[in-house]
Amino acid sequence: MASIDGALLDFKRLDRLATGDTAIHRLDPRAKVLATLVFVVTVVSFGKYEVTPLVPFLIFPVAMVALGNLPVAYVIKKIALLCPFALVVGIFNPIFDREVLVQIGSLGITGGWLSFASIVMRSILTVGAAIVLVGVTGFPGVCLALERIGMPRVFAVQLLFLYRYIFVLTDEGSRMERARKLRSLGKKMEPGIFGSLVGHLLLRTWQRAERIHMAMLARGFTGEFHTRRDTRFGGRELLFLLGWSTLFIILRFLNLSQLVGSLVTGISP
Amino acid sequence: MHMADALLSPAVGGAMWAASAGTIAYCARKVRTDLADSRVPLMGVLGAFIFAAQMINFSIPATGSSGHLGGGLLLSVLLGPYAAFLTIASVLVIQALFFADGGLLALGCNIFNLGFFPAFIAYPFVYRQLVGAHQTRARMTMAAIAAAVTGLQLGAFGVVLETVASGQSSLPFSTFVVMMQPIHLAIGVVEGFVTAAVVSFVYRARPELVPSSPGACSAGSRPVRGVLLAFLAMAVLTGGMVSWFASKDPDGLEWAIGKVTGKGELPGPTQGIHGTLAEVQRKTSFLPDYSFRKSGETGKEGAQPAGQGKDKGESRVGTSVSGVLGACITLAVALLVGFLLKKRHQSA
Repeated sequence: MASIDGALLDFKRLDRLATGDTAIHRLDPRAKVLATLVFVVTVVSFGKYEVTPLVPFLIFPVAMVALGNLPVAYVIKKIALLCPFALVVGIFNPIFDREVLVQIGSLGITGGWLSFASIVMRSILTVGAAIVLVGVTGFPGVCLALERIGMPRVFAVQLLFLYRYIFVLTDEGSRMERARKLRSLGKKMEPGIFGSLVGHLLLRTWQRAERIHMAMLARGFTGEFHTRRDTRFGGRELLFLLGWSTLFIILRFLNLSQLVGSLVTGISP
Repeated sequence: MHMADALLSPAVGGAMWAASAGTIAYCARKVRTDLADSRVPLMGVLGAFIFAAQMINFSIPATGSSGHLGGGLLLSVLLGPYAAFLTIASVLVIQALFFADGGLLALGCNIFNLGFFPAFIAYPFVYRQLVGAHQTRARMTMAAIAAAVTGLQLGAFGVVLETVASGQSSLPFSTFVVMMQPIHLAIGVVEGFVTAAVVSFVYRARPELVPSSPGACSAGSRPVRGVLLAFLAMAVLTGGMVSWFASKDPDGLEWAIGKVTGKGELPGPTQGIHGTLAEVQRKTSFLPDYSFRKSGETGKEGAQPAGQGKDKGESRVGTSVSGVLGACITLAVALLVGFLLKKRHQSA
């Protein structure tokens, strides 16, 4: 029960971040979505054993968190969960790939550990980018951007519907689960009970959907949502997108970490 | 089993994005033209329902572990494949954005693995065939288990193919398959049981919500099946190809590169010998480089610091393999979409 409510609170908190009103929040969502996509593709395009060139890319999420006035501790906590699947798969790299690639003194680092470190680094960057994007844009904003870029309208409406009712239905689901728990003296749920509990939730959902549809028709719904903040892709958006993209491409071909390293070691060997 | 950005290469991620985006576009058209108006809010609210249902855990008997509903098959049974695919895709978009399940680039893979396989393979070819015209509770349970297992096996295999083709993981293809498939067999059986429990509950309460006529699913007719089987055969073929590459070439190259240079990425402290080693690397690693390089990529060379030279040959094999695989998948999906569109024209 605590876990459901906890997950919901977490979800709502991330959702509320998008109500901020900084310069980053006010940018047209398309600029932010496209910049994030360029970022993710660039990060992912690095070779398997490259760790250090990835580090400078942290500037993007860090700058967005700073400019968007997002709570730093919360974002770090979200990123720290990482993606369990990537870690589980990645941890096999050191086992299968034992070629020593880097020698620091007498310590040899195998390719497996290098590529594992690379996977962790990629996880941090890509997960961070996704969370920051939602935090400074909000889900409706991301949908709007995707629709203007060319996503089918039916799918955009679907996403917005889903988004609106997630909060209602997860609340309802967690209430049902709490009620069951209180009445069953902490017994665990069997699949059969789960079937009828979730079946009930489904029936209620279905009836709700029918009511919603009639109510929407009565208010003149024609298959389109109208959004409040109408932004346009202007000069600032162009600057934002081009600026970040240029930086990513430069960082892709220029190993900043190594340059800085050689500069430092060159000056003070 | 959400695929993650960190394990993907841009070619594989991009190809799967294209495949999923194409399927979404096709399903969106299909839903707009075919379905009753009242289905549109229903899809949205059912997506939210799947979300809520996934948060409720149940305990799996005799194991002590707990599981939750996947939902792809359940949605297919209730909504039919097209609306179900859109609904699953929308749930995955929310998961990618809010829960960092996978990530943005991996979204294409996830929609394909968790949406396409249950909605367009497991539901029409397994569930519908097994349930038949007269659905009973026993048949429904059996069909749901078989369909859930099929969908999850294909999805897990998709994850393996995408991971191996991307080349970020060192797991050999065969080991990975042996790890993934049995786990997902168990998950599939549980998913099937739970789906059957929910469907049969709804069937008892409001039978009209569970469509029984095979006509509700137009993807079940024969010509499409041929295309889908061809698609599957192609996937297996490319899978075999990838495993061959993955098990032989990169290892060989790694060995060669390791032997030739003896060094990888150079950290700060060893900068002193960096220059000479870089020279060696520059000379030696050109040979494996050129043999795999496409003409368009030569321009990049000058911009890259020499320290990155060591894995260039290796990653190039990876990208060329994944490029070929990506092209195959996109081609297959494009063909599939085209074929379905053509068929719709004929039947209209």
